[in-house]
Amino acid sequence: MSTDTAQPAPGGLLGWFDKRFPVISVWNEHLAEYYAPKNMGFWSFFGSLALVVLVLQIVTGIWLAMSYKPSATEAFASVEYIMRDVNWGWLIRYMHSTGASFFFILVYLHMFRGLMWGSYKKPRELLWIIGVIIYLAMMATAFFGYLLPWGQMSYWGAQVIVNLFSAVPGIGEDLSVWVRGDYVISDATLNRFFALHFLIPFILAALVFLHIVALHRVGSTNPDGIEIKEKKDDKGIPLDGIPFHPYYTVKDTVGVVVFAAIFAAVMFYAPDFGGLFLEPPNFQPADPLKTPAHIAPVWYFTPYYAMLRAVPPIAASQFPGVVVMFAAILIMFFLPWLDRSPVRSIRYKGNLSRGFLAAFVVSFVVLAYLGTQPASDLYTLLAQIFTVVYFSFFLLMPIYTKLEKTKPVPERVTT
Amino acid sequence: MRSAIIACVLLLTPIVTLAQHGGPELEQSNIDLKDKASLQRGAKYFVNYCFGCHSLQYMRYERMAADLGIPEDELRNNLIFGDAKPGDLMTNALPAANGEKWFGIQIPDLTLVTRWRSPDWVYTYLKSFYLDDSRPYGVNNIVFPDVGMPHALANLQGLQKAIYAEGHEGEKEHVEGVELVEPGQLTPEEYDAMVRDLTNFLTYVGEPMKLERRSLGLYVLLFLGLLFIVAYYMKKEFWKDVH
Amino acid sequence: MTTETMNTHEADTGRRRVLVAATSALGAVGVGFVAVPFISSLNPSAKARAAGAPVEADVSKLEPGALMRVKWRGQPIWVVNRTEKMLEALPSNDPKLVDPNSEVPHQPEYCKNPTRSIKPQYFVAIGICTHLGCSPTYRPEFAPDDLGKDWKGGWFCPCHGSKFDLAGRVLKGVPAPTNLWVPKHMYRNETTILVGEDEGAA
Repeated sequence: MSTDTAQPAPGGLLGWFDKRFPVISVWNEHLAEYYAPKNMGFWSFFGSLALVVLVLQIVTGIWLAMSYKPSATEAFASVEYIMRDVNWGWLIRYMHSTGASFFFILVYLHMFRGLMWGSYKKPRELLWIIGVIIYLAMMATAFFGYLLPWGQMSYWGAQVIVNLFSAVPGIGEDLSVWVRGDYVISDATLNRFFALHFLIPFILAALVFLHIVALHRVGSTNPDGIEIKEKKDDKGIPLDGIPFHPYYTVKDTVGVVVFAAIFAAVMFYAPDFGGLFLEPPNFQPADPLKTPAHIAPVWYFTPYYAMLRAVPPIAASQFPGVVVMFAAILIMFFLPWLDRSPVRSIRYKGNLSRGFLAAFVVSFVVLAYLGTQPASDLYTLLAQIFTVVYFSFFLLMPIYTKLEKTKPVPERVTT
Repeated sequence: MRSAIIACVLLLTPIVTLAQHGGPELEQSNIDLKDKASLQRGAKYFVNYCFGCHSLQYMRYERMAADLGIPEDELRNNLIFGDAKPGDLMTNALPAANGEKWFGIQIPDLTLVTRWRSPDWVYTYLKSFYLDDSRPYGVNNIVFPDVGMPHALANLQGLQKAIYAEGHEGEKEHVEGVELVEPGQLTPEEYDAMVRDLTNFLTYVGEPMKLERRSLGLYVLLFLGLLFIVAYYMKKEFWKDVH
Repeated sequence: MTTETMNTHEADTGRRRVLVAATSALGAVGVGFVAVPFISSLNPSAKARAAGAPVEADVSKLEPGALMRVKWRGQPIWVVNRTEKMLEALPSNDPKLVDPNSEVPHQPEYCKNPTRSIKPQYFVAIGICTHLGCSPTYRPEFAPDDLGKDWKGGWFCPCHGSKFDLAGRVLKGVPAPTNLWVPKHMYRNETTILVGEDEGAA
């Protein structure tokens, strides 16, 4: 055990490595003797699954980069080349496109777990903040990546979003030209977006490493939001803790297999996913002279897009909408300090918190749907209402978490 | 557990977007990619009636022949014209400028048309030409108003006229249907079958590996089912320790 | 090991070993399956295979003694219509050659013969010097001034002076170590050679 220092030094190959690299102590500290709550359950799968998908995206991404051509004249054709001529290219491509959407599904569920269990509360504020930075890096990667197929949706989606930069007062025009490297989305833009799309996942991987380091420093939470480290036995082991290895390694293995099956089902039978994962207009090469009837970002961005459109132009500027859109993401950074509840987990918070959390989820889903649809008066009104609901979850939190009557928190973890 | 179920239900909400919104009603194309005879006929029709203008620039002749079960000499004799070799891509020699000049627009390549339009759209499109004097080539189309393309299959289908909604004569937004006014070489049933074969072929061309990916998917899921069983029992065994 | 929440003492280690082994083995098989597409994707694509497809050489109009070039897999392929005089002179070159009997497998089995060809009349070779890859010059004339009176026709490589006879066999005392490569080929009909395909005849 960790407190026992009389273990003999290991021999053989392991011993050779361990003298030169902290193999055994890392193994113990982060796996065999990292005590996690025994009751973590369903909602704890999504972190490890997100890591698996990150690895998948990097591997498939590198493989695609072996055949993809990041130039305006060749990009679209190179994707079809990958789909048809490269041996198994279609499989690698579908893995990457399906993986991108699944990455966001998993991360949204992972973030939702954080909201439910109060995983952002002290002492895990930094863990949460690193997580939000990871989310931003994911969105940047996805945004850059979506231009690469150089389809109609790629081109026009990028055109719309980069034009948002021009809404910034004063420097806007110059800023968007600088981002694009040209006066319109062009070959210059495509090339640099490719370089950035290749780069950021590695920054992301480093951030994930930091995320796990921060997690292990404070320990994992659980559905009850209780700190298991507060109750230790005479050997210093949390009473409700079990070693991550072997218990969570075997459990996560099952999680990975089940996820692989769901992933495979979608990838092999419905990679387009009804036009949500691979959008029909993107099977047409980009045409700067012809705008598609209906431009929308990919589904994982649509909640924010709906908010952007919901804000009417003020003084003929779309800038307020841009501000609201970014604020919707940046406000997440402040969550640890907005939540004034004495308890961590939603299980023991009062009805106000539950109501607001439910409303938040509903607003996120509804806004996501609205973002995919063409704007209409009714939809714009709904988007405005749900944007307010979304923000009130955060902005009113200091009030309702303090006001409400919480339930008594148990001493020891439950299921 | 309950939250898990709610999450799964919420995840299914995207299905709402599958509902088709707007546009004329499309007929069912009943694609059957396993019907090789249909695909072969479709290939033949395409090469004879469409390939002169529309390229299939991402499709290779020999892959098409291999997937559809067309022997090499038949490929060379009937489906490849000019200098092209079986390994080549199915491009055609029509310069883009000609498309602009003759039809006002570059003639689109059709490799991916069923993926960005849908098979039903292509099928309905080919059946929906009607006479319209206001157009340069004398025809218009219900699903693609003011299309630049002439009715390349008019000899076979015959000519149709538009049936307008009550009180909306001559308005192309209010065409409710079409009616055959001059028969072609084929009966309506024969024409339908031909167009179905063509659409079937174009659906194949849009994603040649579709059947392969589905059958592979089955094996992958079966394998994962097996892996799940051992992994699950392994997990249950270790978790006996925990109480 | 025992804590309040965990007890490994009654663990059925045998069963655990089996389950871990089974899961690991099946998992490894799965990883192997997944690796196949990635590794296979690095092989030549359909585009490369098409570009590398067999090429036809029409020899019906090839004059006696003349050399024609076709391109196959990015390489120059020579087809020579050898005259009777050229063919008769071939055996006399043998003492001057490094590998007169084509022991080194730089030709398909069906070309391991004195003329290094299927039919004696037409010689097919990859026109790349086996020294460092230049394309040698065709010198069909007998006994030219610069190559000496013993020269019975062949190729002279201008880069480093390697010499080959009219069956592509390398002469002794030159930098090139081996005979010119003969690619797999076959006759489609009397006047058409298909380079790059032999339907497994080798």
